[in-house]
Amino acid sequence: MQVAEHDTASEAAKELGAFLERRREQIAQRWADATLFRTVFTISRDEAVEACKAVVDALADVARSGRLEDVAAPGFDTVRDQLGRMAGSRAQAGFDPAHIDGEVVGLREPVAALLRAEFAEAADPDAHGPTLALAVLMGTLRLVVMNTTVHAGQELISRQRRQMLEVATPVISLWQGIVAVPLIGTLDSARSQVVMETLLDAIVDQRAAHVILDITGVPTVDSLVAQHLMKTAAAARLMGAECIISGIRPAIAQTIVQLGIDLGSILTRATLADALAHALGRQDIAVPPRPVAVGASPR
Amino acid sequence: MHARTASTSRLPITSDSDLAWVRQHVRQAAAEVGFNLVQQTKLVTATSELARNTLVHGGGGHMEATVLREGVTRGIRLSFIDGGPGIADPELAMTDGYSTGGGLGMGLSGAKRLVAEFTLESRPGQGTTVTVTDWVSGVPSPRTGAP
Repeated sequence: MQVAEHDTASEAAKELGAFLERRREQIAQRWADATLFRTVFTISRDEAVEACKAVVDALADVARSGRLEDVAAPGFDTVRDQLGRMAGSRAQAGFDPAHIDGEVVGLREPVAALLRAEFAEAADPDAHGPTLALAVLMGTLRLVVMNTTVHAGQELISRQRRQMLEVATPVISLWQGIVAVPLIGTLDSARSQVVMETLLDAIVDQRAAHVILDITGVPTVDSLVAQHLMKTAAAARLMGAECIISGIRPAIAQTIVQLGIDLGSILTRATLADALAHALGRQDIAVPPRPVAVGASPR
Repeated sequence: MHARTASTSRLPITSDSDLAWVRQHVRQAAAEVGFNLVQQTKLVTATSELARNTLVHGGGGHMEATVLREGVTRGIRLSFIDGGPGIADPELAMTDGYSTGGGLGMGLSGAKRLVAEFTLESRPGQGTTVTVTDWVSGVPSPRTGAP
């Protein structure tokens, strides 16, 4: 009984495979007008048709192999990338996974209609098997698309995390021997390690005597961030450079004081401009204030 | 606490990225309730200290944030709850400069100074719950002032 059922199922799968292969062109033509393909392949309809054919071929391949319910079936491998890109492009257009899934579901009906028509013509009483097989196969296709969507999302997140670490710490040369490192965002342990290394390298590379750490873009300075700043300043001092922390906003200053952190050992300034003025002064470079300068603030 | 509670949200604290999310959530809630910039900064900083304690010393846990309304005043109550080893000597833990984690030792005591109300419940082996409450300025707070 078991064997017989299994045989019927694999027979239906083979039949479905043959059907998909036979009707490849028609299915592709219909799919090319479906929302999923039409909105992704906007340049030309031929392109969409080609993409549809690739998916039909993959489905036919999976059906022939009899692994209708297997998400990891080798038949899907050829279109996995393509499906991922399509889902990604829909996601970028602002559609959530459930919506994209709905569009994949929409691909079933055109094929089912063709299948029904074919078996009705042949007056075949065994149409049940292939129809069921098609439903299963399209369900698996949904899962494959969902899988690639999730996978692409995770990939994007981890890539962006790596980018954040790299992008976040530029070293800006302000003057001979004066460099500034503007910090933006959260200063966790991993980032402060990157900041310290970048800064110490800059001291060597640019022969900097003054390094300015600007924390204007750091939203929260808690005891851990303060500790990182102090350690960085101490390390700079060990290398013979003076470290100035600038960009301490009023709210941050009040918070640091109430938190009970003593930043007295570090040179601090309210703004990057003040820090630069200080560093220039220490190098005996006088910048005379113009009597009537446009946009200059009185000091 | 006889304040009428409006809504409570629960956020997990199990990783460094959760800390950033918790800070953002509190900052947004504080802004919506009507805290000014200084108050927001203080509450977010206290949140950062306490959430990190939950993660580092408590081995992870969660935060419950509740928006409070008392008469015309609004406030926020935050509870940091972990099931970690607990604090053997809460008084010692509240001392400035006392640290078991290699930090500055200002987390607990500093956070207490940043908010209006602060309670710490802990028993060894039973986990720790720190609850802080802050009100939109105008309400007299029992705080003794900045050190």
